[in-house]
Amino acid sequence: MSASPTNSTGKYSVFAIAREAMRLHSGWKRAWQSPEPKKKYKVVIIGAGGHGLATAYYLGKNHGITDIAIIEKGWLGGGNTGRNTTIIRSNYLQDPSAAIFDKALKLYEGLSQDLNYNVMFSPRGLLMLAQTEHEIRGYKRTVYANQLQGVATDWVSPQQIKEMLPIINIDGPRYPVLGGLYQARGGTARHDAVAWGYARACSAMGMDIIQNCEVTGVETANGQVKAVNTGKGRIECDKLAIVVAGHSSVVAEMAGFRLPIESVALQALVSEPIKPCCDLVIMANTVHGYLSQSDKGEMVIGGGTDGFNNYSQRGSWQHVEETVRALIETFPMLSRLKMLRQWGGIVDMTGDRSPILSSTPVGNIFVNCGWGTGGFKAIPGSGWAMAELVANGRPGPLAAEFGLNRFREGRFIDESVAAGVAH
Amino acid sequence: MLTLTCPYCGNAAEETELAPGGEAHLKRFGPGSSDEQFEDYLFARKNPKGVHFERWRHAYGCGKWFLAARDTVTLEVFGTYKAQTPNPTPEIVAAVQAKRPNWTPDWTSTPATTTSAESLTE
Repeated sequence: MSASPTNSTGKYSVFAIAREAMRLHSGWKRAWQSPEPKKKYKVVIIGAGGHGLATAYYLGKNHGITDIAIIEKGWLGGGNTGRNTTIIRSNYLQDPSAAIFDKALKLYEGLSQDLNYNVMFSPRGLLMLAQTEHEIRGYKRTVYANQLQGVATDWVSPQQIKEMLPIINIDGPRYPVLGGLYQARGGTARHDAVAWGYARACSAMGMDIIQNCEVTGVETANGQVKAVNTGKGRIECDKLAIVVAGHSSVVAEMAGFRLPIESVALQALVSEPIKPCCDLVIMANTVHGYLSQSDKGEMVIGGGTDGFNNYSQRGSWQHVEETVRALIETFPMLSRLKMLRQWGGIVDMTGDRSPILSSTPVGNIFVNCGWGTGGFKAIPGSGWAMAELVANGRPGPLAAEFGLNRFREGRFIDESVAAGVAH
Repeated sequence: MLTLTCPYCGNAAEETELAPGGEAHLKRFGPGSSDEQFEDYLFARKNPKGVHFERWRHAYGCGKWFLAARDTVTLEVFGTYKAQTPNPTPEIVAAVQAKRPNWTPDWTSTPATTTSAESLTE
């Protein structure tokens, strides 16, 4: 591979693979460049995770703004983007949620072509198990709401579930499967590839992705943002977008305001790889367990959040035990599997479990946060709506309901009741 | 696993025996307050990366609410104290500063000892 960083406009295609095969793959170029920061940008985005990169991408693509720096403390996509269980769905109860999550799902459906980067989107179907009477009523309500929203979901019986997924035990006794909410368009995607694909596309548009560059302060004057101070010096900006998930409160504190956010640890784990046995994404909200099988064959399991503030990216052991113990009753075969890896991420929880896409008390600072336990599925829609907000200075139809003022005005978009605890 | 000593019954309780209750020492605003104050009281949180004071309940023990000083990055516990105090006690402040010399309290007055609050009794 060529050592010198070169431009990343080379298009990936079957012809490119054939051409490179002829010359021992010596001509592949770097997917994105790593420049030193300039003195000033029109827009600075803090956080090069999925949401930050998607914001930059749609600012360039939809609004023609490419004078952008995306600043990242660690490495690109190394936070929650690389730590989630990659579930994609849009079967939300409330209309504003369904609108932004379904926008995201529609963009995911064409994302590989749009970015010229294979994000391995796999719409294999998603099933949310109803394991209590309360959940039956809740999910049926969601199915009806989804029909009104134009989001296709179905209520399925326990027998249909058993046919779709032979490894499941529907009899209980503690957590019987009483039915389920099925979204055929739901599925998974390769989380790293989503970040890498957006990064490559942003870099190709001339944006600067600056990794290993921690923001240490936000400079304001007369209530307007002026610059950010970073590990690589002071960077001036006209507009600043804070897209940092679990660290939103920390960066907001630098800018001088508080957010209705609590940061807690959320965990996931994967088993040893086994033969294909589960071609659906399963969510069991009563027991806080999520299950899907990766292309490698690992069973990917997501758990519940800890209840206390935590920035350590490590969760409590008893939550792993709780999740696995409950899932074993529904999927007895899991009891024979060894778990290979376990990890945690810091998620930003709002009171109504809905995100915040908003202007802030400081002029020209915008926040995109509060995605909590379910941000990965929203990345393209979130970026689309955030780009609109940053470019125009006011939210478009997708972001309009997700402003910070909803807390003062009591206009919650309450998804916490609809989705159990985590979603 | 997080272990907190309940200041009422004196037991070192594991996380599974406790229920977390969020940020401590919130100033309550009710009728007559401005919209901004009420919003802050209900929703705005410090959510600090580092030293944090929070409410816990000894749910599967004596059942009482108490307060804990903790680091949200290292998960180190500096100490626990009774809930009937408007600000962290001097002993807790000293315990935090022994481990975090650069940390300073962000409240104005610290009462000399634990005071009995108007509405809470043991």
